[in-house]
Amino acid sequence: MADVILKADDLYKHYPIKGGVLRTTTGHVKAVDGVSFELHRGETLGIVGESGCGKSTLGRVLMRLEEPTSGTVNFDGVDMYSQGGSAMRKLRRDIQIVFQDPYTSLNPRKTVGDIIGEPFEIHPDVVPKGGRKAAVKELLDLVGLNPEHINRYPHQFSGGQRQRIGIARGIALRPKVLICDEPVSALDVSVQAQVINLMEKLQDELGLSYIFIAHDLSVVRHISDRVGVMYLGRMVELGTEEEIYQRPTHPYTQALLSAVPVPDPTMRGKREQIVLSGDVPSPANPPSGCRFHTRCFKAQERCSVDDPELMDRPDGAGAHRSACHFAEPRVIVETIDVSDLVPDSRYASTDVIDEDAFTDDDGVAPADAATMADRSHAMGESEGPLDRPNDIHTMIDDDPAEKRDPRA
Amino acid sequence: MSTSTTKSAIPESNYKAGADGLLLEVEDLFVEFHTPEGVARAINGVSFDLRQGETLAILGESGSGKSVTAQAIMGILDMPPAVIPSGAIRYCGQDLLTMNQEQRRKSRGPEISMIFQDALSSLNPTFPVGWQIGEMFRQHRGMNRSDAYAQAVRLMERVAIPGAKDRVKNYPHQFSGGMRQRIMIAMAIALDPAVLIADEPTTALDVTVQAQIMALLAELQEERQMGLILITHDLGVVADVADRAAVMYAGRIVARAGIEDLYAHPAHPYTRGLLESIPRLDQKGQTLAAIGGLPPNLTRIPSGCTFHPRCRMAQDICRTEEPALRTVGNQQSACHFAEEVLNG
Repeated sequence: MADVILKADDLYKHYPIKGGVLRTTTGHVKAVDGVSFELHRGETLGIVGESGCGKSTLGRVLMRLEEPTSGTVNFDGVDMYSQGGSAMRKLRRDIQIVFQDPYTSLNPRKTVGDIIGEPFEIHPDVVPKGGRKAAVKELLDLVGLNPEHINRYPHQFSGGQRQRIGIARGIALRPKVLICDEPVSALDVSVQAQVINLMEKLQDELGLSYIFIAHDLSVVRHISDRVGVMYLGRMVELGTEEEIYQRPTHPYTQALLSAVPVPDPTMRGKREQIVLSGDVPSPANPPSGCRFHTRCFKAQERCSVDDPELMDRPDGAGAHRSACHFAEPRVIVETIDVSDLVPDSRYASTDVIDEDAFTDDDGVAPADAATMADRSHAMGESEGPLDRPNDIHTMIDDDPAEKRDPRA
Repeated sequence: MSTSTTKSAIPESNYKAGADGLLLEVEDLFVEFHTPEGVARAINGVSFDLRQGETLAILGESGSGKSVTAQAIMGILDMPPAVIPSGAIRYCGQDLLTMNQEQRRKSRGPEISMIFQDALSSLNPTFPVGWQIGEMFRQHRGMNRSDAYAQAVRLMERVAIPGAKDRVKNYPHQFSGGMRQRIMIAMAIALDPAVLIADEPTTALDVTVQAQIMALLAELQEERQMGLILITHDLGVVADVADRAAVMYAGRIVARAGIEDLYAHPAHPYTRGLLESIPRLDQKGQTLAAIGGLPPNLTRIPSGCTFHPRCRMAQDICRTEEPALRTVGNQQSACHFAEEVLNG
């Protein structure tokens, strides 16, 4: 885990604002404004934040789809932004992206085979020409789609299936790092769970590292090992999943967590909610000092002048990186007893069993194992993995007519 | 910020809620869309009721018919292609479906009103927001322009838009997403409706803004004792605000329950599947129990129980016989094995 595969150092991405008759630059939108972090091999780093906080721009800069204004990214020992031409092309094989919107990120005029096979066209030495079709079919199978559907077009698939196509394209070159920009935000809950499970399975099988960008805190918690919280182009808190969700020290993280509705009616009115006033300020003109001070419930004089650094600050049980002068741990989400929801053994049997879906080794880090055991009681999972339903990523898409009307 | 309304112009309502506060009854409603690819059966026999001061959540995924239900109640379905072959929607005892256009138009706003999901595309970009809020008063109460603007300012203050007086003549694009949603709410509550339908009111918003909007809606409902129909796919939001919930799947209500029962003892496999497939902030598991497969195409709804191709419990009977919505314990479920799901 300690092995760093990607290290971003002080990344900036400013977009010029042109104005006036002469189209002179009148200001800058500071989309990413000094972000540093590292990604370890085989881990998932979640990036959360509200819309406009710069998380998607960060993903694009990391892919070098956008050139950063300044800063460096060290990818597996190589300085990414100093690479040119063929060296960069070679590097791109190792870092790929899955986009948010499965409806616009696939070319409607190309077949699924062409879309997933395109990376092989660009990097012809990965798979010899004759073997491409077989490679694409293998990929389709890997992401839970029917390999027979290789000649279909994107509109013949549902949103969840399209996102699987996007993932297949992303993993076609066997990258080391996959950047996922809101990969499940456009999907319905039941389908969202299928795609999340698929991504976890692929990570185990292919040893991928994920940068998982999303605004849904529950999804990020579920999939991430470490989490970074962004606000107005800055990383305000960075730590392990447990540190961020159980001992958050930054007031913004605390407010964000408290705003997530918990799907349990018995918790109504019992949860502490920090309701932030106002909206996120414009990234073209961010507040002085700490950027969050205009909405912060803890703000004092000092916050409007003195910009807090993202550094280790005590969180009660240890220390993790937080950018607040008054960093203090606060318990937001209470673990509750939901033992009523004991999974039913009958649910374990189904006619669409995917045998590979369950290996007991889920890649749980030892640190997590204790917490897992701890919570497994509350989750009623004590009866073992047999009680879990099996049809997690098997699709029912055998019937060609089964496709949903895109307008439905 | 008192809620004094101009008494002179308020017309007497022709509608009186039932003795037990009953406002709205939807009975065995069917809606079809006639498309070139065939007939899409969007709603297949939906029934529910709504009382004063109550929040009813309609839960479902995309394509389950929840928005079409709302549009049918509001009378804003495009007909054609939509057809309502049978069913009744009774508001205070009077069937909205048999009314003429003029009566229905008069009911939209003062009696039943609606908040749409996407505030940016629901507001007219070419008119100031104050003009759009004021339109309610001009059209329904015959107010003059300046009075209508004054009412708009009052409503914008009520929905906590800072600097309402200065912003009343701003255009929708000058507001943030959360503020636009507040403007939509201001328009919807302008004429003190008895029933408010909120169709995914916070889906496009960030969580911190969602919390603000939901708090505002709850406050307004408490204040005005409106019946609120909350349409959403977000189980978290429902748990926070609803009194009762109806779960829709492929145009049918498959489960109906008080909110606590729905989450603690789901009596339908679909409800149960939904609850198990959401990653929760307060629990961290490794594999989510997703529901396999896809929601059905509405032009080819499966025989028997519509959920059977995706159901973990499906038996032969599920493929042939459509289960009726029936009472199990203190909730309702449309499943042949509801008792087993409930006690399982």
